[in-house]
Amino acid sequence: MLATDRIIFRTRMTDRVFSILGGLVTLGAILFLGVLLFDLARDGLSRIDWQFLTSFPSRRPAQAGILSAWVGSLLIMVVTAVTAIPLGIAAGVYLEEYARKNWLTSIIEINITNLAAVPSIIFGLMALGLFVYRFNFGQSILAGGLTLGCLILPIIIVATREALRTIPRGMREAAYALGATRWQVVRHHLLPYSMSGVATGVIISLSRAIGETAPLITIGALTFIAFLPPGPIATDPQFAIQPFKWVWSPFTVLPIQMFNWVSRPGEDFVQNAAGAGTVLILLTLSMNSVAILLRYRIRRRIKW
Amino acid sequence: MVNRVATSTILTPHRHPPHAGHTPLTTPKTTWPQPDETRQDEAPRGAAPRRIKAEVQDLSFYYGTVGALHGVNLSFHEHAITALIGPSGCGKTTLLRCFNRMHDLYPNTRYEGRIMLHPHAINIVSRDVDPIGLRMRISMVFQKPNPFPKSIYENVAYGLRLRGVRSRSEMDARVEAALKDAALWNEVKDRLKKPGFDLSGGQQQRLCIARALAIEPEVLLLDEPTSALDPIATARIEELVVELKQRVTVIIVTHNMQQAARISDYTAFMYLGKLVEFGTAADIFQNPKTKETEDYVTGRFG
Amino acid sequence: MSAVPSSTTGVGHDGGNRPAALPALRPRSAVHRVIEWFVEAGLLAAAAFSVFITAGIVYVLVTESVPFFRHVSIVEFLTDRMWTPMFAEPRHGIMPLVAGTLTTTAVALLVAMPVGTLVAIWLSEFAPARLREIVKPAMELLAAVPTVIYGYFAVDFVTPLLQQAIPSLPTFNMLGPGLVMGVMIIPYVSSLSEDAIRAVPMLLREGSYAMGAGRFTTAVRVVYPSAFSGIAAAYVLAISRAVGETMIVAIAAGQQPNLTFNPLDPAATITAFIVQVSLGDLPHGEIGYQSIFAAGVTLFVMTLGFNIIGAYLRRRYRQAY
Repeated sequence: MLATDRIIFRTRMTDRVFSILGGLVTLGAILFLGVLLFDLARDGLSRIDWQFLTSFPSRRPAQAGILSAWVGSLLIMVVTAVTAIPLGIAAGVYLEEYARKNWLTSIIEINITNLAAVPSIIFGLMALGLFVYRFNFGQSILAGGLTLGCLILPIIIVATREALRTIPRGMREAAYALGATRWQVVRHHLLPYSMSGVATGVIISLSRAIGETAPLITIGALTFIAFLPPGPIATDPQFAIQPFKWVWSPFTVLPIQMFNWVSRPGEDFVQNAAGAGTVLILLTLSMNSVAILLRYRIRRRIKW
Repeated sequence: MVNRVATSTILTPHRHPPHAGHTPLTTPKTTWPQPDETRQDEAPRGAAPRRIKAEVQDLSFYYGTVGALHGVNLSFHEHAITALIGPSGCGKTTLLRCFNRMHDLYPNTRYEGRIMLHPHAINIVSRDVDPIGLRMRISMVFQKPNPFPKSIYENVAYGLRLRGVRSRSEMDARVEAALKDAALWNEVKDRLKKPGFDLSGGQQQRLCIARALAIEPEVLLLDEPTSALDPIATARIEELVVELKQRVTVIIVTHNMQQAARISDYTAFMYLGKLVEFGTAADIFQNPKTKETEDYVTGRFG
Repeated sequence: MSAVPSSTTGVGHDGGNRPAALPALRPRSAVHRVIEWFVEAGLLAAAAFSVFITAGIVYVLVTESVPFFRHVSIVEFLTDRMWTPMFAEPRHGIMPLVAGTLTTTAVALLVAMPVGTLVAIWLSEFAPARLREIVKPAMELLAAVPTVIYGYFAVDFVTPLLQQAIPSLPTFNMLGPGLVMGVMIIPYVSSLSEDAIRAVPMLLREGSYAMGAGRFTTAVRVVYPSAFSGIAAAYVLAISRAVGETMIVAIAAGQQPNLTFNPLDPAATITAFIVQVSLGDLPHGEIGYQSIFAAGVTLFVMTLGFNIIGAYLRRRYRQAY
């Protein structure tokens, strides 16, 4: 009897100890994130003001700002989003709704799984060889946006497929039974019903793209830019409206600007780096929060 | 050759004369049992002799290499309810889904034989027949209520939109008519813009019936439409289905033998992908000819 | 489109205010079929595009590194102990970069594997459901932080902290960034492991509990071994993630190629070298430019190997149940 009691006690204790240990380790990992945010904000938050947001980088740290960086990030995101979102959704729809089982689709599937695990810097090398030199896009916003587009394409494809997979077969059959064509089923039903799931994936992928540094450095993005890309209305009266001239402009982005400042000696530049980093992390964290909320809402709303 | 002609007919406006005097182009292999006297009385007004709406001739169906139906021959009478019964896996749902070519959605499926749809004697399982056009003439209600996550109105309107109805007033009138036919109008007329998901299970299933009826199908396929519903909702649906046979030919798959006995005019008992016995519901349930049928309807197996 | 009156639609109308017959069915127009065909072709093209990306990667890596290997023999590439492609007398031995990559990866894995596994087991077997709902997205945020910020954190916070314990630690070293990288990949390990753990059938756990085992014993003796091939896949994918990580090591590990496995030393990884060269202005087509593609091929082959192993392991645990 006594032996059994001891065994039971020991079992209970190990469970309790492990439960607490696991909780502490998990808490520690989250705490790490907290410390990181705190460390960044401590140096960075005070640096963020109107001057910082509206100035170009400068040799004098106190006058430097992130204007060209955030404009660059924004424009890169536009190119990335415009290329990767439609392409990724279309590919996801094909693989989930159209693809028959054959060698071509299995190659595509294996390929997407592998592509998702290729290091981002390899995408940069591909873009350097292909976009920058072979297609002669140069070290432009277009080349940068396409690079990140290729990088996040697998994420969007996988998210689209997962969102489509949650729609029950009955929905598809109900629409087909009324005489809808495949494309009508996709357009009238599957895309609208999977929209929030797809949006979650898109936001997460864009938040990843906005923080990507290595592939853009690899294609030769500049680290010091003291001008903005040409706007759609040019000063040259002969070509007053040039809606797409900006895509050919050289660029820098927030993470590259931050990297540039981190690698410079001097406490002041470190502060600038923290400032840029704070802006960057505010962007990514808020995008991720939106995605988490969206996912939470989908889970609550789904009734099928 | 027959099939080529058939293709063009199914796609053209079916502005054919009333069916009087129609005879099937091919001789059916089964001989029809005549419905008994009492049931004849229930026939729709002015349609004393029942005509044949569809004939299944030597139909076999394969999932890949596995046969699910083996040489089924069966006829379906117009404005009558025919029930398909049998144990799970006997092929009754497979047969039902041949009628609107639902199997075409999945790879590696193959039909052999024919299903002739009258009055034009079109072989609807022929590759030449476009399943899209076919599904606009033969609609289906599924096992689990599956309204679209759209409003009640849009659920019913969807099939009409696919058929090219554009005018707002016409759409309103048709949606209303369909909801009335499905005995749902009074319950939903004040909340047509509310999502279909908000309805109860039985109401959702009637919404699905309204959705199927809105396009004025010639045949209505019901695949165990009450299996996910409680007894009260089931009773309402059964009542509704009996009313509907005045307007459409109904084929219902059910695993509930009491249901088949209550509502069907004709009953087909299937087993292992074959048709075992076909007859009036009264014959099948009270006077079965084969041992298997008797065992099944008396609950000895299945 | 107005209703076309027709004599019958095969459905008896019972009068009243029922609308006239539906517009007649028309043959599906050729236009419609062509649209369907084009849509399908377009969607297929989009899906096939991902194959072109891979083809592009392989094409660029091969065509740009072939001239490099014409200049530098494979033997020299693999055996030379120096990597100084920018020097007047260049040496092209990849090993110092591989050593740097493996060392930072090893440090990262020493953090990520135990912590990630523990977190996964704790989340799936111990944590209350409501807590899990909060903790899981928080863990995922760890993977969402841009790596350049982790790099900043490594030099600005972690290394100075380590220097207090190890005074001899140089400002740039592999330990600090390795640790930070390890934390970054915890969510990759934990979420994939949790998937594998969740795939273990409840029946196995019940069997263990029915014998009187506690949660800990069940988790360690039954759940973990049953989910092991899935958890191993998570480890392997984490390795591949660590090998390919760039910015943390480029910022905090120093950029001197250094053939050492001592995490306290500064060193360059393959990825850090590529970044370092890209920051300069290298003329297209010279050996220095080509050297980054040779480094890229090495990296690609390493990660591809890990990915294939990981995919194999994952498939195995999917089949198990």
